[in-house]
Amino acid sequence: MPTPLIVRFLGAFDRRGWQFAALFAALTLVAVPVMHLVVPSGSPLHLSTHFVTLTGKILCYAIVAVAMDLIWGYAGILSLGHGLFFALGGYAFGMYLMRQIGRDGSYQSDLPDFMVFLDWKDMPWFWAGSDSFIWAVLVVLTVPALIAFVFGYFAFRSRIRGVYFSIITQALTYAAMLLFFRNETGFGGNNGFTDFKRILGFSITAPETRVVLFALSAMALLATLLLARYLVASRFGRVLTAIRDAESRVMFLGYQPLWYKLFVWTLSAMLCAIAGALYVPQVGIINPSEMSVGNSIEIAIWVAVGGRGTLIGPLIGAFLVNLAKSWFTVSFPEYWLFFLGAMFVVATLYLPQGVVGLWLKLRARAARAENPVSPATKGARA
Amino acid sequence: MKAVDLPLANGENSPWDSGTAELGHILHPGELDLSHKVILYLEDISVSFDGFRALNRLSLTIDSGELRCIIGPNGAGKTTMMDVITGKTRPDEGRAFFGQTIDLTRLSEAEIASSGIGRKFQKPTIFENHSVFENLELAMKTDKRVRRSLFSVLDSAAADRIAETLELIRLAGAADRQAGLLSHGQKQWLEIGMLLMQEPRLLLLDEPVAGMTDEETERTGELFLSLAGLHSLVVVEHDMAFVRQLGGRVTVLHEGSVLAEGSLEEVQGDPRVIEVYLGR
Repeated sequence: MPTPLIVRFLGAFDRRGWQFAALFAALTLVAVPVMHLVVPSGSPLHLSTHFVTLTGKILCYAIVAVAMDLIWGYAGILSLGHGLFFALGGYAFGMYLMRQIGRDGSYQSDLPDFMVFLDWKDMPWFWAGSDSFIWAVLVVLTVPALIAFVFGYFAFRSRIRGVYFSIITQALTYAAMLLFFRNETGFGGNNGFTDFKRILGFSITAPETRVVLFALSAMALLATLLLARYLVASRFGRVLTAIRDAESRVMFLGYQPLWYKLFVWTLSAMLCAIAGALYVPQVGIINPSEMSVGNSIEIAIWVAVGGRGTLIGPLIGAFLVNLAKSWFTVSFPEYWLFFLGAMFVVATLYLPQGVVGLWLKLRARAARAENPVSPATKGARA
Repeated sequence: MKAVDLPLANGENSPWDSGTAELGHILHPGELDLSHKVILYLEDISVSFDGFRALNRLSLTIDSGELRCIIGPNGAGKTTMMDVITGKTRPDEGRAFFGQTIDLTRLSEAEIASSGIGRKFQKPTIFENHSVFENLELAMKTDKRVRRSLFSVLDSAAADRIAETLELIRLAGAADRQAGLLSHGQKQWLEIGMLLMQEPRLLLLDEPVAGMTDEETERTGELFLSLAGLHSLVVVEHDMAFVRQLGGRVTVLHEGSVLAEGSLEEVQGDPRVIEVYLGR
């Protein structure tokens, strides 16, 4: 009897993978909520709001990093526009959060403040349904993915690859940013959406809401990792890496690379959109600067620093770079971009597999030092 | 066969019905039709690159089950011919048919590959980061659409086929080794194995023994001879000893068209071939 898909899906994590997942779940679903909500704020064990928000934010970034790794590390397609899908997911959910403000805005109107400010009388057509949570979730899941699908179809069908593809994605996110900067576009112009009050009727700044959003982000990250693990361990994943290494050879084997690339590209965009939707209520703002070219490049840096082509690498990279960022931008704000650039250069030149690769190399060296390989097995390996 | 007199649907007898013709056969679109014993037709194929005529009204037919060697000096158009057959290059003029019905000039690379033409490149192109086993698995004839790749598991029949091929290409002991670590000759064999996994009807082999030791070359020759009959093979090769071992008909290409065709002895004795190879 064939193994049911769900069993195979869960089997994508090996024993160690599930141990890691259990530890991760215990930390994010039990330890952090207890230490934030229950432990009194004077205690050294108390976790501050700042900590919960910052970590929750980085969890969302880590989802984006894993999504980026699927397309860059495994399919060899470097997107420098992934910030766009993240921001679109954020905007789609932000619309719902704007509607949840209700009449509590500065102008006490049914319309969001920025529309009153622009002297609009009615909501634009594309705001229809935005007061429904279900609708917002649907839009998050479908609209960025659809845009990615259409863009990807034409780009991959024209066999645009390598640096040309990277540049086009960069132009795409830049164009979208300029579009969203305009007040007439209907998404709040350069201020974007902010001053959120509620989510599903709960106060968005309440510690309990924060903890729930944090836990949801953690679970979304875990689900993303499991899905990514399943994909790269399947034949699909092997075809994907084969396309990365020798695309024309894959075609002569009878595969159509277009649909493989398109699938992983669309999925990657969808994951970014989910991350964006979880990010916005936690940070309380979304504006067009999320679509800036620099943001998308930073995503690539997380993956490069952590180690592309591995799944744990991008996660580590997202944490390392963002923790460094939050420390640097407070202590030496003017040097942060130099440091970021230096990290990218060092990772590209000396750590092609990122910190994960470095760690594996050190471990292999330690193992060799402990029990040297006999000449016979060495010969067999060469 | 006994003559069968069938009235056509419109009630007329067709003028070419001599009374001894066999019954017609039904065409299945996309399926290889070998009813005329010919597996590959190339007719008046021309290809130019920036004014350079790589192929010049090339015409060639390969019979089903045949083992054909193609020789010719550098720049004679051997690789371009393979590019045309596999859909990598579109001819400017001419027709290319696989069997009676499959028009190669209209299909994409992937479609041509799935219809039953396998190609081994001059430079071994295997997936260096995959294991030997995975290389064969990727090549295996199966539904290669995304949906199947996402959910399929390797069944035991498929695993057996891979094991058989590993045995045939003498890499059974190296199934889990990373393909990039194989020797040059082993890589060539792995690529031949990948070709066999595709179960092609027609194999195009571009310099399959380049970089092999004499022993490996001879074993490769034996393998090809055992494949001929069931498969049709087109081998492009410079190594005359290898061509002699294969023994089939030889086609000499020169400046993009066929210069001579026949057994190796015949073409080697042809004064035009001698002139092309030795110059004046």
